[in-house]
Amino acid sequence: MSEQATIKTSAAAEPLLKVRELEKFFTLPGKGLLQRNGATVYAVNGISLDVHAGRTLGVVGESGCGKSTAGRTIMRLLEPTGGKIEFDGRDITRVKGESLRMLRRQMQMVFQDPKGSLNSRQTIGTILSAPFRIQKVTPPGGTRLAIQDLMDRVGLNPEHYNRYPHEFSGGQQQRIGVARAIALSPKLIVCDEPVSALDASIQAQVVNLLKDIQDETGVAYVFIAHDLAVVRHIADEVAVMYLGQIMERGPMDVVFNRPMHPYTHALLSAVPILDPAARSRERIVLSRDLPSPLAPPSGCVFRTRCPIAQDICAVEAPPVTEPEPGHLIACHFPSTTPPSTSALPMRVIHTSTQKTN
Amino acid sequence: MSVLKTPNQAAAAADVDQVHVVQRSSLALTMRRLSRDPASVIAAVFIIVLVLFAVFAPTIAAWTGHGPDEQFRETGLSPSGIPVGPGAEFLFGTDQLGRDVLVRLAYGARISLLVGVVASIVAATIGVTVGMLAGYFGGRVDTLLSRIMDLVMSVPFLLAAIALVSVLGPSLQLSIAVIIFFTWTPIGRVIRGQVLALKQREFVEAARSLGAGHLGIMFRDILPNLMVPIIIYSTLMIPSAIVFEATLSFLGMGIVPPTASWGGMLSEAAGNSIYLAAPWLVIIPGTALLFTTLAFNLLGDGLRDALDPRAARKA
Repeated sequence: MSEQATIKTSAAAEPLLKVRELEKFFTLPGKGLLQRNGATVYAVNGISLDVHAGRTLGVVGESGCGKSTAGRTIMRLLEPTGGKIEFDGRDITRVKGESLRMLRRQMQMVFQDPKGSLNSRQTIGTILSAPFRIQKVTPPGGTRLAIQDLMDRVGLNPEHYNRYPHEFSGGQQQRIGVARAIALSPKLIVCDEPVSALDASIQAQVVNLLKDIQDETGVAYVFIAHDLAVVRHIADEVAVMYLGQIMERGPMDVVFNRPMHPYTHALLSAVPILDPAARSRERIVLSRDLPSPLAPPSGCVFRTRCPIAQDICAVEAPPVTEPEPGHLIACHFPSTTPPSTSALPMRVIHTSTQKTN
Repeated sequence: MSVLKTPNQAAAAADVDQVHVVQRSSLALTMRRLSRDPASVIAAVFIIVLVLFAVFAPTIAAWTGHGPDEQFRETGLSPSGIPVGPGAEFLFGTDQLGRDVLVRLAYGARISLLVGVVASIVAATIGVTVGMLAGYFGGRVDTLLSRIMDLVMSVPFLLAAIALVSVLGPSLQLSIAVIIFFTWTPIGRVIRGQVLALKQREFVEAARSLGAGHLGIMFRDILPNLMVPIIIYSTLMIPSAIVFEATLSFLGMGIVPPTASWGGMLSEAAGNSIYLAAPWLVIIPGTALLFTTLAFNLLGDGLRDALDPRAARKA
């Protein structure tokens, strides 16, 4: 874990968001009267990230790997347990009160559940006026005009100003969520699985909307997702998370085309391929479940499911290496070749012999 | 409907169908569901009649020509001092002092409704405030407020009331205060539980991510989502407050005579076993009390079903 502190940013410009060794632990309530605190959940366990202005960082990983917690901690919706968050050259790890409220203008969030993120008792007009009202900002031309302009920008009919959230489809609801996030022209938006609750056809629309907004305004995204196809479409850089830690990070095409971490190999092999003739690759299926974040494995957290794990993996946390500029891997045995078929304890299935699922 | 349509035709048909679809507000939908429940309709009508009865109590007194505290020793009592039964002069008969029971019932309804409505509104306000603070802030605030609610719930109602009255003397204000003190806890617990669930919702997180403060989140985001339980519980608190008031008055710890109140009327009927000679002195205020509490309870149940259509109605 501590080795990740040695990560150096290879980019020339200072990143907009700089996360170093970020930790977020949850303490479960103790059982019994006398025992106040129970076990600790290591949800985010020392992650380091950089996001540059106007760029998109995709954060991928299985459910329960801590990617949403990481997003919320960066947004300061959760108090970080340790580490450091720098935004725009300023340490925001512990900002409070008025300065935190001012910071909210610069950082916004789009949530996973489009319906749940909108108050069902408020009209769209009220929901979209909240950023202006809370931040005490009066846009030129008045709030109502600004809201209708926002609705227009995200592809909603401005005449629907007085409607309630349940009168919209899931895709439209997420557009409302996006409109709320961009209302104050933030520099960074954390998107927490913004399209995973939507139909495939709607997903593309919302992702394209996010891309258009980025081209227009130069906003940076932290795009949290478990769908690699979506991340490939939007991200400039990718960070692969596993059990609260980052396994591999680098430019999108490098991570997708020349992955070096066995976990990234496994994730990529699970992406469906449209062309049946091209399905000659081996599918790496990880055996066993994700270990409990209550008691992460010693050494390398991935070792319990890793096909190439050796004795050292249980003893020592892997050092972070940078085989090429900007491409960082936390593994004792990084390799561009996917783990071999004969390796255990992974089951490897030849997808070419399988029926399409 | 089984005819296959091309997408265009189907879309056109959908357009035509839409003309007939009336968009109803949630209030209109609630009222529609409520009006389909006969028990709720009867209860609502009864309550409206009762309110009119109470509001027009002076009119009734003027119409009968009998004041609420006026004693008719010649016309209202038999030569041997027994109350006169229901008849043309006194519709609901007279009591042991020769007072008109109908007029006193109307004035008693004023007290009952006043106590019921005022006590339940104040108790609901206290309960919602405490429950919201406990649920929203959690931690030590929650522990403290929840233990206070437990404490209040564990105080024996009648013993505390008797002790307070013997120290402060009976009065309307004191009865209302005692009733409020003993009825705000259940709604407080319900609201606490609801807020615990609501504050985890993403729209609350969204408000936080916009920089909203605690008060803003509580009032703008959480409170509107609590309106349904607040309405239901406030309605259901009215009958229990009315019964509490009647109990206190019956025991001589509530409304001070000669002011008319239903509990006081029952108490006077019990005195000297006068009800053996004049059973209407028990039957009339007792029936009024029974139907009033029943009506508010039925309306509260009906409101719960109408406001929360997802709650399964197993009938």
